[in-house]
Amino acid sequence: MAQAEASPRLSREHAVTGLTENLTSLGVPADWAGLLAALTAAVLLVTFVAVSALFFIWLERKVAGRIQDRLGPTRVGPFGMLQTLADGIKLLSKEDLVPAAADPILFRIAPYIAFCGSFVAYVALPFARDWVAMPLSVTLGVMLVLAILSTEVFGVLLAGYSSGSKRSLYGGMREAAQMIAYEIPLGLSVLVPVLIAGTMDLNAIAGRQKGTIVSWQVFHDPFAFVAFGVFFICGLAACKRAPFDLAEAESELVGGFHTEYSGLRWSFFFMAEYATMFLIAALAVLLFLGGWHTGVLWFDLSESLGFFGNVLNAGVLILKAWLLVFVMMWIRWSLPRLRIDQVMTTCLHYLLPIACVLLLGAAVWRIGAPRWLADGTPFVLAGLTVAGVVWFLYCVVATRGTLPTAFDPASFTQKPTTGDGA
Amino acid sequence: MIVALFVVLATITLGGAIAVALDRNVVRAAVWLLFTLLGVAGIYLLLGADFVGATQILVYVGGTLVLLVFGVMLTAQAPFMQLQSHWTDRLAAIVVAGLIGSIAVLVLWPGLPSGTAREGSLPGTAKLGEALLGVEDESQFPLTNLPIGAARNRPRTAYLLPFEVISVHLLVVLIAAAYLARPRLAPPPAPSQQAEEKP
Repeated sequence: MAQAEASPRLSREHAVTGLTENLTSLGVPADWAGLLAALTAAVLLVTFVAVSALFFIWLERKVAGRIQDRLGPTRVGPFGMLQTLADGIKLLSKEDLVPAAADPILFRIAPYIAFCGSFVAYVALPFARDWVAMPLSVTLGVMLVLAILSTEVFGVLLAGYSSGSKRSLYGGMREAAQMIAYEIPLGLSVLVPVLIAGTMDLNAIAGRQKGTIVSWQVFHDPFAFVAFGVFFICGLAACKRAPFDLAEAESELVGGFHTEYSGLRWSFFFMAEYATMFLIAALAVLLFLGGWHTGVLWFDLSESLGFFGNVLNAGVLILKAWLLVFVMMWIRWSLPRLRIDQVMTTCLHYLLPIACVLLLGAAVWRIGAPRWLADGTPFVLAGLTVAGVVWFLYCVVATRGTLPTAFDPASFTQKPTTGDGA
Repeated sequence: MIVALFVVLATITLGGAIAVALDRNVVRAAVWLLFTLLGVAGIYLLLGADFVGATQILVYVGGTLVLLVFGVMLTAQAPFMQLQSHWTDRLAAIVVAGLIGSIAVLVLWPGLPSGTAREGSLPGTAKLGEALLGVEDESQFPLTNLPIGAARNRPRTAYLLPFEVISVHLLVVLIAAAYLARPRLAPPPAPSQQAEEKP
């Protein structure tokens, strides 16, 4: 089954190969066409990563502000949207410091290793049907993404080590311990949808979730449903987001691994973090949440609308991934940071056994579940989830709360000390 | 373009390897090793062996190298540890490197009479894997040059059992290392004192 699905994809058109063929037909030599196509794909991906990082930083501030009863950035641009750009200009003009106690070479290359670790993984990420930068000869997408993602730790680790500061060293060590532990349940929980799909190719995994949300892999069986949760938690740990942001831990380690960094190198770490967030979210969407399928339409848009359908599909995928990124931010500003021993306990005592059971259960389900159970479970799970979401949204809308627009007069009996009242 | 990419990747791999050997700082050597391993993974990808390339990155970069740097960070006494090597070590290293290099040249250089790197003369990795698992090809058995009847009579596990035994040996070494490196604990206090301290 998997072989039959996988074999035609080699003949299909991919971003780089397609562009190469187009360029060759225009009279560009084959070698240069390949190089140009690869460069185009890389530039597109870098632009996407950078622009989405700009957007996410603004969104993070807005979400944080709203959750903490503040407004967030409002002054620069409409809704403060240009705040990140202003910060970027500030970062560009900052002095690029290397501490005297640091190892100069490692200190300089660590941000690039961290950024490359998360950026290169985008190469194997399909944004819509066959919209993937790198045509892989073997069905291997998930594994390559996970493999490259695991190199991002190395940059953080090096930054912590080479800074010559004990706070950075602590941050780096925590990150290393955390990532070594969390890679195992992450990999195991990824295996569950891989097992359901019968392939590791992200393009094929997302492609087979065509149709309504019942065909999404998260609702395939109860094990996949829980595996999505495990994957998301491990993904949070993989992009070192709160409650797993022990490598940074502003309140105890100043900035953790990036304490000694300034200017553009510092911003590379943040680009890497936001790139990883989107990557994990997109991976979750592709593996569990129906990929580029809307979940409402019963047909694949790219099949009926061609190129335009692919554009719509890419939009759907990005929107879904943004929604998950929003959930990550929501979690960050709602939950307190764990201690390192709690992080380890969560992983080794809970997530790891759960992931093993899920893998085993998914395998047994695939072999032994009777037909009526296997067919009925997606409807039950999807129905319950939709009902839960609807109930939650109803609660949000129906709750009457006071919005943070007016001050409580009782708490401001004194005049503000600053003149402009800011 | 394939040749150009190969030259770039080979330069990264070899340059990284030389830097690993020459650099005295352990963590810097680990970073150069990162470039070597990534270069090798790139060559695998270039050859179309995506799975091996991804496994190379996953196991060696994501696992081994991180553990190595983690270990150095946990154990280093000074902030940046330096390796010291005696001149006899360097001499031995040069001799060993020269010997291995000459073997590689003698075997792979096509112009030499001992060279085997001609089109189709090497068995390829598939045969190697089959031999490891004991899967026998009826038509030819190039690895051992045994007659077909003799090859068939050997146990089916072929090289798999020795391979597994080696990995058990590695486990023994790991346990021994953990035993040697264990913290020297002071003997526990007498039980009467413990009982007093308990509220």
